[in-house]
Amino acid sequence: MHKVVKKEIISETIKLLEVEAPLIAAKARAGQFFILRLNERGERIPLTIADQDQEAGTITTIFQEVGRTTRELGKLEPGDYIADLVGPLGVPSEIEKYGRVVCVGGGIGIAPIHPIVRDLKKAGNEVITIIGARTKDLLFWEEKLAALSDRLIVCTDDGSYGQKGFVTEMVGEVAAEGKIDRLWAIGPLPMMRAMAATTKPLGIKTIVSMNPIMVDGTGMCGACRVSVGNETKFACVDGPEFDAHLVDFDLAMRRLQYYREEERIAAEAGNCGCGGGCGCHR
Amino acid sequence: MSQVRSKTKHAMPVQDPKKRITNFSEVALGYDEKLARAEAERCLNCKNPQCVKGCPVEVPIPEFISMVKQGDYLGSLKKIKTKNNLPAVCGRVCPQENQCEKYCILGKKGDPVAIGRLERFVADYELKHGSDDATMTKAAPTGKRVAVIGSGPAGLTAAGDLAKMGYSVTIFEALHVPGGVLMYGIPEFRLPKDVVQKEIDKIKELGVEIKTNFVVGKLATVDELLAEGYDAVFIGTGAGLPYFMNVPGENLNGIYSANEFLTRTNLMKAYDFPNYITPIKVGERVAVIGAGNVAMDAARTALRLGAKESYIVYRRTEKEMPARREEIENAKEEGVQFILLTSPIEFHGNEEGVVTGMTCIKYELGEPDASGRRRPVPIKGSEYEMAVDTVVLALGQGPNPLVPKTTPDLEITEKGTIRVAEETGATSKPGVYAGGDIVTGAATVILAMGAGKKAARAIDEYLRSK
Ligand SMILES: Cc1cc2nc3c(=O)[nH]c(=O)nc-3n(C[C@H](O)[C@H](O)[C@H](O)COP(=O)(O)OP(=O)(O)OC[C@H]3O[C@@H](n4cnc5c(N)ncnc54)[C@H](O)[C@@H]3O)c2cc1C
Ligand SMILES: Cc1cc2nc3c(=O)[nH]c(=O)nc-3n(C[C@H](O)[C@H](O)[C@H](O)COP(=O)(O)OP(=O)(O)OC[C@H]3O[C@@H](n4cnc5c(N)ncnc54)[C@H](O)[C@@H]3O)c2cc1C
Ligand code: SF4
Ligand code: SF4
Ligand code: FES
Repeated sequence: MHKVVKKEIISETIKLLEVEAPLIAAKARAGQFFILRLNERGERIPLTIADQDQEAGTITTIFQEVGRTTRELGKLEPGDYIADLVGPLGVPSEIEKYGRVVCVGGGIGIAPIHPIVRDLKKAGNEVITIIGARTKDLLFWEEKLAALSDRLIVCTDDGSYGQKGFVTEMVGEVAAEGKIDRLWAIGPLPMMRAMAATTKPLGIKTIVSMNPIMVDGTGMCGACRVSVGNETKFACVDGPEFDAHLVDFDLAMRRLQYYREEERIAAEAGNCGCGGGCGCHR
Repeated sequence: MSQVRSKTKHAMPVQDPKKRITNFSEVALGYDEKLARAEAERCLNCKNPQCVKGCPVEVPIPEFISMVKQGDYLGSLKKIKTKNNLPAVCGRVCPQENQCEKYCILGKKGDPVAIGRLERFVADYELKHGSDDATMTKAAPTGKRVAVIGSGPAGLTAAGDLAKMGYSVTIFEALHVPGGVLMYGIPEFRLPKDVVQKEIDKIKELGVEIKTNFVVGKLATVDELLAEGYDAVFIGTGAGLPYFMNVPGENLNGIYSANEFLTRTNLMKAYDFPNYITPIKVGERVAVIGAGNVAMDAARTALRLGAKESYIVYRRTEKEMPARREEIENAKEEGVQFILLTSPIEFHGNEEGVVTGMTCIKYELGEPDASGRRRPVPIKGSEYEMAVDTVVLALGQGPNPLVPKTTPDLEITEKGTIRVAEETGATSKPGVYAGGDIVTGAATVILAMGAGKKAARAIDEYLRSK
């Protein structure tokens, strides 16, 4: 059992939770994630470790409420408990001194980009961070990332805050100013795909973090398969970070869609307050 | 004894096939007292019992059966437990026809004694009626600590035995539930999860601590466990890595590894969706590729999840199938159809990326290969299309690489299994032992338990001499 110690409501559907998990907090490195199961009947879902506090023994996650489990998670308050947390999972980001690096967080991807920015800076890189979202309300951690980065660019699709435009456009501008030695891009699949298309002709080595459906997170089930350079990889143990120019994004998008109908049923069963127990949602 | 000894085993009552494919309850219902005593009477109580030689953990078979004859079921169980910590599990899933029962003297002129069914009966008797005397006794604390990685049958057995010898034992398990394949793989209808849970509770009662949600190699490495003060480590992480075929279309939606298919169903209880929130999707026509126990479990599970047609698609013939005879029969009774000498070479899908069919090729059997089985040879031009909407790949599992990869001085075979000394389970690393599927590759519950037992003895000797 893991106690929730802090909650922040970032927007209507984006929440932050800080949770007690001292062992994970001591071990986690940039790029890693954990899997939680809320309760006995819950699904196992993966979330990125967005921050960690070794002294307090806590980890922080920021998530978007998209379905049954993330919505229930969003209802937790400080003092509530999460039944199971397992991590840190996945291969940590390859942190080295590359030179001039760019870290891009799109939408909810702003959270997982944070530890990568933090550690790349520590490793002595010049770090340019770009964060973007559809609109102003969906942005967060601007100050935190500004403090860690050599330069922070903020943009919104609708121009309600920062520069108007997509993160890909901002990358184009930064690339025009000078060589980019490596780039990380984390966000929704369409954004990561667009980024791959932007950086490929520019010859910028680009890393994305894949978010397939997972079950165990230890390489046992193969639910998380992604195709990278025509080879099948398990995102939970071989990733989640891969070379953006080798990833088959179309396949990844189709694989995320497979349970749409079941996700709707699960969400409805959650809404009626019966927790699914009334049996009317078959 | 005046009665004429029957040549055949007493049949075990089972759920009717038509009814059982509509539920996940156990198929084989077990002997009642009357049947158990009648079956026990068949045993000759041999002076030189051959049956015991077939049991990898040397259960004192004639002794326990004699006690069943006398109606002393708890005494009988105590006898079994001197050698086997998980009798309710072994009585159900041991391939007895290749082990104890294969060697039973009665097998020469009829059916062997139903040793497995009797073992199950006494174990279930205790689970049902409880026991007042502790069937497991513990030695005085040694003050030494042992870490066990993985809570499958190998890890549970090693932990239980070491606890009985007075060691303080902690099991580290990656999943949220202990039990390994017994919990996530073997279906409820063959091995009810509450039976496994009760066996696990007994091991906990011995003082074994189980830390779930703990992935060794991630949260702590073997070296870190040793540095933290564990005096020895046992690795029982199993063969959990699913094999795929590497053919086109394999990553389409609706194509599951057997591990995923069974884990969603058993561990996450997707058969009770949406009361349990993890979904599973099963179409009308399900093809399971492979013909081992895992494949039979998947094909039978598919029927219970609502498939209209459930097929086993296998490259060889029924004779070569690695599954237990009993499981093949059960599958047939339930309506699983067998497509033999056939294998898919490509999968096709619709615009949404969901599998709709597969191209299959026919095989014939050629010369025997290294394993002595006749090698399947594809027949040129025999390709044909088969419509399916769910595919389960049950092609076998490899050793889980997480622990080997993060333990630098552990010697690994080219197959990725951990190399150990046969008699002790000792690895190339002092104080570190291994056993079960991580050493042998995918094998059986009882072999994993046997390896756990051997290693526990060796760890005890090692720690005494230290
Ligand atoms: C390594 C990794 C790190 C992630 N980090 C974050 C994060 O930091 N913040 C965040 O908001 N989200 C993150 N995700 C995505 C998050 O896991 C899903 O949003 C979540 O599982 C949805 O569950 P649900 O029950 O609320 O929604 P559902 O109703 O199950 O699904 C809603 C949507 O989420 C997708 N989804 C469903 N199940 C999963 C699953 N098991 N894994 C991934 N996607 C799924 C579906 O395609 C669907 O479109 C991460 C995913 C991965 C694989
Ligand atoms: C579907 C199916 C049906 C089967 N049917 C039969 C049958 O009828 N009869 C029979 O005898 N055998 C059967 N088997 C085989 C049998 O289940 C296995 O041989 C046996 O379970 C092996 O035991 P084990 O303890 O070595 O490993 P497992 O049971 O695989 O347990 C290993 C455990 O280690 C955990 N683990 C792995 N890596 C780590 C890590 N890094 N850190 C912490 N924990 C970790 C895993 O989560 C798992 O719980 C079947 C197998 C399957 C999959
Ligand atoms: S443990 Fe298995 S092999 Fe041994 S006696 Fe029991 S059923 Fe037979
Ligand atoms: S060999 Fe058969 S008859 Fe003889 S003791 Fe064993 S079970 Fe009984
Ligand atoms: S989530 Fe099961 S193998 Fe990756």
